[in-house]
Amino acid sequence: MPVEVRLPTMLRQYAAGQPSVQANGATIGEVLEDLSVQFPQLKGHVITDDGVLHKFVNIYVNDDDVRFLDKLETKVGADDVVSILPAVAGGAC
Amino acid sequence: MLHLSASAYTAMVGHCLDELPYEGCGLLAGAGSSGQAGAADEDAHATVCFPTANAAKSSRIYTVEPRDMLRADRAAEERGLTIIGVFHSHTHTDAYPSPTDVAQAPVADWHYVLVSLRDEAPVVRSYRILDGKILEEVVVLDR
Repeated sequence: MPVEVRLPTMLRQYAAGQPSVQANGATIGEVLEDLSVQFPQLKGHVITDDGVLHKFVNIYVNDDDVRFLDKLETKVGADDVVSILPAVAGGAC
Repeated sequence: MLHLSASAYTAMVGHCLDELPYEGCGLLAGAGSSGQAGAADEDAHATVCFPTANAAKSSRIYTVEPRDMLRADRAAEERGLTIIGVFHSHTHTDAYPSPTDVAQAPVADWHYVLVSLRDEAPVVRSYRILDGKILEEVVVLDR
């Protein structure tokens, strides 16, 4: 069942400029895999080659960060909205 | 060139001062900028400041609280705006990107605004960071 996936501006260029797309999957991992099939250029920007979330992105299912849920095994349903957003950090040191 | 509305500027600097002794941080939203990503001479207008929590709670590093990033992104979109940059303060050093800032700059199109609180008067400078290169841009306060 497809879920809505909202893309950050920095990744839209890899999805034909679309701010949100539909992707199939019962878990976040499956949804991201389907995204990579639909938009091959997205691969590597969200999940690393080691199969973990890229350090520069955070993924939410509705209002919840998947790192605090079941990470890539987090379940998603048709009414859920998946948001991919940049992880922003830095500092003087 | 980055244009900052007076309200965005005031909210940004005020937030950084309020967050002392920690680094303050937040997001800037506007109508976006035109031209090539990373170009220092393209014009951008930041009209809204979204102060965020510093999840690192540190005077040396910052992490935009992820939930605040999510809220700001949604709020910007509701207003027909996009997040065009991030600001953070350096409590004791220059308003210049550190190696940490450069290494962790996540978005090539963004404007990276530094607020130095080292001296009595805050200093605000802005940069584009692309492929590890720092390009300073002029900041204009729109009154």
